[in-house]
Amino acid sequence: MKVTFPHMGNMYICVKALLEDMGVEVVVPPQTSKRTISLGTRNSPEFACLPMKVNIGNFIEAHELGADTIIMAGGVGPCRFGYYAQVQREILKDLGYDYKMVVLEPPEKHISELLGNIRYVTGNKSWFRVIKALRLAWYKARALDELEVWVHRLRPREYQKGEADRVYGQAIRDIDQAKSCREVLGAAAKAGQKFGEIQADWTKKCLKIGLVGEIFVVLEPFANLNVEKHLGELGVEVERSIYLSEWINEHLFMGLLRKVKSSKEARKSARPYINHTVGGHGQDTIGHTVLYKQEGFDGVVQLAPFTCMPEIVAQSVLPKVSRDYNIPTLSLVVDEHAGEAGVMTRLEAFVDLLTRKAEGKEGVNL
Amino acid sequence: MKKRVGIPRALLYYTYYPLWREFFTSLGAEVVVSSPTTKGILNQGVKKAVDEACLPVKLYYGHVMDLIGKVDYLFLPRMVSVEAKTYICPKFLGLPDMIRHNVDNLPTLIDVNINRHKNDNQLYGAVYQVGKMFSANPYNIYAAFNRAIKVQNRYETLLQQGILPFEALSVLERGDGGDKETATPQQGKDLTIALVGHPYNIYDNYISMNLIEKLKTMGAMVMTPEAVAPEVVEGEANKLPKKMFWNMGKKMVGSAFHFLNRPDVDGIIHLAAFGCGPDSFTGELVEREVRRKKTVPFLNLTIDEHTGEAGIVTRLEAFVDMIRWKAVSQ
Repeated sequence: MKVTFPHMGNMYICVKALLEDMGVEVVVPPQTSKRTISLGTRNSPEFACLPMKVNIGNFIEAHELGADTIIMAGGVGPCRFGYYAQVQREILKDLGYDYKMVVLEPPEKHISELLGNIRYVTGNKSWFRVIKALRLAWYKARALDELEVWVHRLRPREYQKGEADRVYGQAIRDIDQAKSCREVLGAAAKAGQKFGEIQADWTKKCLKIGLVGEIFVVLEPFANLNVEKHLGELGVEVERSIYLSEWINEHLFMGLLRKVKSSKEARKSARPYINHTVGGHGQDTIGHTVLYKQEGFDGVVQLAPFTCMPEIVAQSVLPKVSRDYNIPTLSLVVDEHAGEAGVMTRLEAFVDLLTRKAEGKEGVNL
Repeated sequence: MKKRVGIPRALLYYTYYPLWREFFTSLGAEVVVSSPTTKGILNQGVKKAVDEACLPVKLYYGHVMDLIGKVDYLFLPRMVSVEAKTYICPKFLGLPDMIRHNVDNLPTLIDVNINRHKNDNQLYGAVYQVGKMFSANPYNIYAAFNRAIKVQNRYETLLQQGILPFEALSVLERGDGGDKETATPQQGKDLTIALVGHPYNIYDNYISMNLIEKLKTMGAMVMTPEAVAPEVVEGEANKLPKKMFWNMGKKMVGSAFHFLNRPDVDGIIHLAAFGCGPDSFTGELVEREVRRKKTVPFLNLTIDEHTGEAGIVTRLEAFVDMIRWKAVSQ
């Protein structure tokens, strides 16, 4: 059994650690590329959302590397993601691929369905071994998120552009290689020291932009055309509304770890704009926008895949929130046709606007 | 003066209008429906809605705007779920929010939550909440709801006999005894074509570009998912590896699978709205099943606000011709 799974930002490092620690053979799909997206688009429904298309591309490329089993998450609606696996299975079947698909999702009838699916992958490993593997994956997720926070702060401030990203790239590889929790902590500490050595202007006041939106396009730099990096290079400190570890805590550990930030507060803040869950991260998008304003951010960028239903609801309401709270927002809708240059132009214009607004606030004339 | 309640002629209008109308008129209100879709109504909606929204949602904006100034209340319930363990679609869940924060000068909104996802207890609470706005007497509300359910059941019975919604509505309007005269609605056609799609797409004559009439003129009898019994839909939809959590999507897949197995169906047309989330998946599942079976011709039509009538006619004619040639050659 060679197991593969779809890409979503740095998630592969955690899933790989989880499976390999249990002795499962893993095939990580090649990093998402233009080829991945065109393979996915060619074989997916025309107006399916981008994550679905990228998943299909990942599965096809993993198959070329010999994978025969897919681990996929599922759901119970109303967002389309809950039905991804079923449609993907049909697509792969018609392509003639002999894939076994293991879908981890809330069971329809009984918890044994879910446990059975987990057992299919883990084999007869003891639950102790499973928990140990989960712990390693969790440590990696936390470490990776911390690195990202560093990078977001350093990018706009470093004197030598690109240094933070170089350290970050090396640290990701180190964490990926780490075989135990101790090694993960070691790699993280080493990266922290390297980050600390980077020459940066810590007194500089940077614009702060919050990134909100649909989880896949927020976490996957290839899908959002490196929006974080571009903003950083434009001198903006970025904060994301979704980090991998928070998502894992909330959805896989049922919020068991209480110290980790949760999205409950965001959903509460979405009132009175969106008064009911609309699936996906639609409500969170609005709530986080409100929270970012309260935390003194200068602007918010919403990221959404084209035709994403929950984000369309959020996007419809966002202009009103922007007016009421006096916080500029920019909705970036991406699909397989999105081009980096177009996104860059819009980001530059948005940052210019925020800069002028900030200067006006401080009474500085241009 | 009677209180005027506005109901937009869009989205679930085609599914629940008899229920809503009976309920409000029983409580002494006057029901005002927006005008049939026109280019003007659609354009108004397209201007207000975000570009990414699907055609039916954009159209809904237009119909809401058509009612402004004509009514005291706007009936805009948050239709979360109409059946256990299913949803309608995320955009329906957010519809009242989308309208409220984008359309100005709205009349009082009636935006109760209709949610039968977990259990049915919540339903009457919502009904009562709406009824209270029109009557202080709980019995009147209860009686009005019962009457409304009866009318709705009759409407659904008519639909299941193959009568199309606008005909069924006029039967209900004329009063009882309509069953006999409309029992054999379509005769003298040599083809039967099943048209699968959301009710608000296939029955809106403007956005579907009169698809049903066009097919009839070409000599085809038209069948729609509304004519398929719920238990048949359920049985066919259960063939999917996982229960579908959109009740309308389930109906479309279930009825399409049913049509696929019927020897009297000569062709299936799937009408999708561009950008519709569920359609992108249900259409795909149906198309793949049809292609594997290779028994029934299949046409996938996608409509949006830019669709040209000539393009649709060409494709329909080609489809119908192909079916006839196939019949001759066999």
